[in-house]
Amino acid sequence: MPNVSMKVNGKDVSGEVEGRTLLVQFLREHLNLTGTHVGCDTSQCGACVVHVDGKAIKSCTALAAACDGAVVITIEGLAKDGNLHPMQEAFREHHGLQCGFCTPGMIMAGVDIAKRRGKKLTEATIRSELDGNICRCTGYHNIVKAIQAGAAKM
Amino acid sequence: MSDTGIGARMVRKEDHRFITGKGRYTDDINLQGQTYAHFVRSPHAHAKIKKIDVKKAEKAPGVHAVLTGDDVAADGIGGLICGWMIHSKDGTPMKAGGHPVLAQGKVRYVGDHVAVVVADTLAQAQAAAELVNVSYEELKSVVETGKAQKRGAPRIHDVAPGNRIYDWAIGDEAATNKAFEAAAHVTQLDITNNRLVPNPMEPRVALGSYDTGEDHFTLYTTSQNPHVARLVISAFIGVAPEHKLRVVAPDVGGGFGSKIFIYAEEVVCLWASKRIGGRPVKWTSDRSEAFLCDAHGRDHVTHAELALDVKGKILGLRVKTVANLGAYMSTFSSSVPTYLYATLLSGQYNIANIYAEVDAVYTNTAPVDAYRGAGRPEATYVVERLVETAAREMEIDPAELRRRNFVTEFPHQTPVIMCYDAGDYNASLKAAMKMADYKSFSVRRAATEAKGKLRGIGFSNYIEACGIAPSAAVGSLGAGVGLWESAEVRVNPVGTVEVLTGSHSHGQGHETTFAQLVSDRLGIDADQVAIVHGDTDKVQFGMGTYGSRSGAVGMTAISKALDKIEAKATKVAAHVMEASEKDVEFKNGTFSVKGTDKKMAFGEVALQAYVAHKFDSNEVEPGLKEGAFHDPSNFTFPAGCHICEVEVDPETGVTEIANWVAVDDFGTVINPMIVEGQVHGGIAQGVGQALTEGCVYDPDSGQLVTGSFMDYCMPRADDLPSFDLGFTKTECPSNPLGLKGCGEAGAIAAPAALINAITDAIGVKDVPMPATPQAVWNAIQSNAAKQAAE
Repeated sequence: MPNVSMKVNGKDVSGEVEGRTLLVQFLREHLNLTGTHVGCDTSQCGACVVHVDGKAIKSCTALAAACDGAVVITIEGLAKDGNLHPMQEAFREHHGLQCGFCTPGMIMAGVDIAKRRGKKLTEATIRSELDGNICRCTGYHNIVKAIQAGAAKM
Repeated sequence: MSDTGIGARMVRKEDHRFITGKGRYTDDINLQGQTYAHFVRSPHAHAKIKKIDVKKAEKAPGVHAVLTGDDVAADGIGGLICGWMIHSKDGTPMKAGGHPVLAQGKVRYVGDHVAVVVADTLAQAQAAAELVNVSYEELKSVVETGKAQKRGAPRIHDVAPGNRIYDWAIGDEAATNKAFEAAAHVTQLDITNNRLVPNPMEPRVALGSYDTGEDHFTLYTTSQNPHVARLVISAFIGVAPEHKLRVVAPDVGGGFGSKIFIYAEEVVCLWASKRIGGRPVKWTSDRSEAFLCDAHGRDHVTHAELALDVKGKILGLRVKTVANLGAYMSTFSSSVPTYLYATLLSGQYNIANIYAEVDAVYTNTAPVDAYRGAGRPEATYVVERLVETAAREMEIDPAELRRRNFVTEFPHQTPVIMCYDAGDYNASLKAAMKMADYKSFSVRRAATEAKGKLRGIGFSNYIEACGIAPSAAVGSLGAGVGLWESAEVRVNPVGTVEVLTGSHSHGQGHETTFAQLVSDRLGIDADQVAIVHGDTDKVQFGMGTYGSRSGAVGMTAISKALDKIEAKATKVAAHVMEASEKDVEFKNGTFSVKGTDKKMAFGEVALQAYVAHKFDSNEVEPGLKEGAFHDPSNFTFPAGCHICEVEVDPETGVTEIANWVAVDDFGTVINPMIVEGQVHGGIAQGVGQALTEGCVYDPDSGQLVTGSFMDYCMPRADDLPSFDLGFTKTECPSNPLGLKGCGEAGAIAAPAALINAITDAIGVKDVPMPATPQAVWNAIQSNAAKQAAE
């Protein structure tokens, strides 16, 4: 079984995994970072979005072995020194979550959108960029508002 | 109003754990020595099981057990039940076929649970499942709602000839027929209410654990109502008596109805844990299994007729519906197309004569049960499509036709059981029309047409019955349970409060809303209040959350317990301050003695209640803890008006929602931010039904065609607009807080508004849901062909 090492949320971690082990399984089952969720099996829902080497990816679609040596940030690693990331804060302020299951992926995607598209995001840009994230609770109305506000404060 | 009291837009207390990745969902729980279950499922829609050979699988690496229906029968594990008895017109009880937790002799839909493999790892369980050899004799199948009762359709359950579960009716047939004879105009529609897959984002999970030392079971599960799950699994299925079974539903990632029901996998994981000597057994549904096996929603085929006089006054409504309940009757399936549907067919209107017939049928599809709105979206769709169509046919403005028929005096007894207690339908219509700028619609339509597109506007004036419901009333209609709610308020010696509630939050924000009620009543900050739910070892009993009932029923139970807390604390305060109880007042968190400067904060009184130094314990018991059960005296009747405007591209059939206005009357609103969120989400699900979602089974093979998010079109952010919300208010008279409920309104109202708008835009009588670009384009083309022929 291959041994993988990566830096997850600032900590060096390593572990033996089966070749087929997905990044999301490594995070959830080996590292007990259960904030990253699995909502589908076709890479559609985006509940599993994490940042790998600074880019948002769906961790259900990457092999853990392929992320050997990578720098990974999950929802658990977004807050710094006990301070919430502005995107996390914005989701709470704007009621951008209900059941919370899609939320980690939405927040990680939101941070990535802001990084790529800038602080001033239009509603249309956010809606189009959220193509890879499904929420069943909020109707997206408040998620769009939260990402807009969160991006502005990043 | 305080920052954390009733009416405050308070941010949610539960959010911190969700936005930091610390939510604790069932799949996040792992127990020592845990094993994994994988289910062998039927690849056929309908087949006899000739033989199941498990020998090879049993010998596969890591396998602890391979269990089948024979093992279930040998251990005396009962089948799943349907808990609401419906009688047919002739008085005979519904024809409920057996629903074993692992198939016995026959499979009845693709995905039916045939066997389970339990192994050390999931991969081992999956690999061994491939070695389970099931010999099937395939049978003819039927999946289409309208064809289940046809001659030649295969019989799915021996007990149900013609696949008919019941043929039920409500209303006065003769009087309604008479009303139609007197009508100046009759509007007719054939309506299909499309089948939906609920798809909460968290798939179902069950983790069963048997403690051999204590002979005690624990089930962690994704449930909206853990106590009902415990009741059914013990009293009916017989896994263990209630005192030997704990059910925990921790953070649950959405339900929308689909997590009300008791499913085979929960029972099997519990039972299998005992079978393998007590190691815990975990099953996590993947999305494909969720599509196959979670209870689906809707799936009605209806012929509906509306009789009107020459002025547009509605004289009667006649409805004939066939409801598809799938291959087995799920927990509350029988009630959805009957008492949750036909009792709402009066809509917001004064209709003297209503008659509805409902045939419920078996098909070779996944079981169908309550999905957000449950029966009420189907009723609203019938009524609001009919009214809008009648207005167009009679060339009366659709708002005006509605106005002429609104119920304006309350209480109003409809001919279909419900007695509406309060409402102001004109107010919500008027407010919505103003927000939608209805009078300028023609200007916007002209602008749209100038760019080569079509514009339409549609109304939906929905009503629903929530707060379900008075126990005696639903008992008389066939419900197997009472529908009250319980609450226990525990005040700690330092004055902080724990509220134990039988309601269950899976996105609704109870930890915040319920705390706001306590904050309001006791004058303490909401941070001083903890809401405890979802664990049968902590909360004594509860009926759970569905049917928009947690406010009207659940919070009323809390309110009653708070009444008792206040009364007891007043007693204690009177003793401590050496005053007469009647002179003690409680306001803003402080007890004071009238006409003196004596006062005590709530927390001080709590401490005194526990130290018990200053009163005679024979007179006043120490402690400060009270409980209450609340059984509502009526349903509640949220209602409102949604107006939707669309632009349709006639070249492509693509519909774009240009504007959405919703004005709802939910009575008292505790937290407007949360209530708005509920409306947004409800509308999105309604738009999903009307525009993108449709569950399709292949009519020949019975295979599920829409089995993943690649094939089943969930609404995404760019399918939806932002929503413009407004509120009107008439307080609900049947509970002290005046609450009506808000969880389902959007899903109930939205489909009719959207289809009314699309049909208005393209000038056709009907377009099927989901109104995909192809469906809309086809409707445009066939209408053009029809007009050319004329």
